[in-house]
Amino acid sequence: MRLTAPTRAYRRRAPGEPRAIGYLYILPALAVYAVFLLYPFGQSVWLSFVHWDGLTVATPAGFDNYRALFSDPSLRAPFLHALLLLVFYSALPVAIGLLLAAVMSRARVRGMTFFRTVLFLPQVLALIVVGVAWRSILAPDGLLNDLLRAVGLGGLARPWLGDYTWALPAVGVVGTWVGTGLCMVLFLAGAQRIPRELYEAARMDGAGPLREFRAVTLPGLRPQIAVALTLTIVAGLRNFDLIYITTSGGPGNATSVPAYEVYHRAFETNQVGSAAAVGVALTVLIFVLTVAAARLVEGRRA
Amino acid sequence: MTTRLERTVTYGILALFAVIALTPVIGVLATAFGSQSSLDTGFSLPKGGLHWNNFADAWSRGHFGTYLGNSVLVTAVVVAATTVLAVLAAYAFGVMRFPGSTVLFYLFVIGLTLPQEALVVPLYFDLRYAGLTDTYWALILPQTAQSLAFGVFWMRTYFRGSARAVIEAARLDGATTWTTLWRVLVPMGRPAISTMVVITFMWTWNEFLMALVMVSDEAHRTVPLGLAFFQGQHSSDAALLAAASVLIALPVVVVYVALQRRFIEGMLGGAVKE
Repeated sequence: MRLTAPTRAYRRRAPGEPRAIGYLYILPALAVYAVFLLYPFGQSVWLSFVHWDGLTVATPAGFDNYRALFSDPSLRAPFLHALLLLVFYSALPVAIGLLLAAVMSRARVRGMTFFRTVLFLPQVLALIVVGVAWRSILAPDGLLNDLLRAVGLGGLARPWLGDYTWALPAVGVVGTWVGTGLCMVLFLAGAQRIPRELYEAARMDGAGPLREFRAVTLPGLRPQIAVALTLTIVAGLRNFDLIYITTSGGPGNATSVPAYEVYHRAFETNQVGSAAAVGVALTVLIFVLTVAAARLVEGRRA
Repeated sequence: MTTRLERTVTYGILALFAVIALTPVIGVLATAFGSQSSLDTGFSLPKGGLHWNNFADAWSRGHFGTYLGNSVLVTAVVVAATTVLAVLAAYAFGVMRFPGSTVLFYLFVIGLTLPQEALVVPLYFDLRYAGLTDTYWALILPQTAQSLAFGVFWMRTYFRGSARAVIEAARLDGATTWTTLWRVLVPMGRPAISTMVVITFMWTWNEFLMALVMVSDEAHRTVPLGLAFFQGQHSSDAALLAAASVLIALPVVVVYVALQRRFIEGMLGGAVKE
């Protein structure tokens, strides 16, 4: 019995079926995936090494398109914006989510399904719809300015999305609104799985709420934090819809991000090679940051 | 041991964030039912009753009937294709062993983090060369490819977890891998499959960038694209814009409220590494 076990693993097929049956099952999916995802990605890498306007013959560019990412301010800015936006898209939602999990980890909450459904709701709305809704909130005569005027802070009112200084943080706040619910729901689920005894033990040892958070809640939520960081970083860097519908990168290029720059360069200003380089660089950035986030969270385990 | 004060604070914070999450949604609803001439984008209750005609106007003036039709068609085909292809591939990845399966599987997983922006440029030129831009294919094929990354990953987890004993029993009864899959594992795996279906449905329904690039004629616009253009033309007409937003968001929100557990599971599960 023991001896045959490994060989049986290789024979999950009825007698008479071809040995390569596994490949046949994978083939249809792989074909679509390869032609419409893997192959275009390869082409993007190739395009990033040429100068091309989309019409005439492409000419070799070497590393020009990549060098420009560092030397050309109009390409550097979108990447800096994206990194700054990650504070709003990723760090803030995770921080708020943790705060809430810390409060909630000690008490069982009734109506959890209701809260979970409502808090997660922003995640399921099309970002185009989210953008339209927030555009009207942030408009010169929108809800935010109305509120400011109502509490006597009318001096702070401004056209948020048209302001060179405030447009980027304003778009960031929308991202915080979208991402916070996701992190909360994730952490709340995690916090409910932390054994109550750990809290009781911590309290026996005389731990205050802060110690309790650091010694029990935070370690207990480590896997959820890794997932939350990954999800929000990827979503934040992929962010195109929101920028397109709220500011189109403006005013000037104050809210331009790499995802928007790819579209803008490839389809509006005919710099296809440069657009491809931005796309590839964005992919690398996403990859590096998600790996770093996973390391950061796991690294503390020791 | 939690004090009454602590419970109050907990509910207070939850309620606060629930209000923050709902405010923009309620604002859109209020505006959608408001009077069209009103320039007020604020959050006052609609005056003079509910203006249901905003939806009819958005429907006809914004051509949302056509766009919804396009979205339904594209989403249905993408969801069906993704489901069948992902189930087949994940079945092989999950229960069979063959050389190269790990590498092939990771090839699919990469697609979970690969941004659309790194694909959309060559895809546009390829599909234009093939004469497929401004067709439904240009919306369906790339979206199916991208959904497969999640689908294969998600369904493989299910097949790995599904009882080995069941598979062995089916095989001893002489069932082929094909019958085992469709007669035993797929019926058993309905919860996992429906999670994949609702996630793929939401992503495809909400998808914007691919549609923006691939479609230039009005006849093939999907709803998010329709809303973006509608905003360009009617940005001063807050009521119509809001009504159109509601029309677009409604299908996903209805499915979400009915199946919220499946949504949340799927969206969180998609990023969990083994």
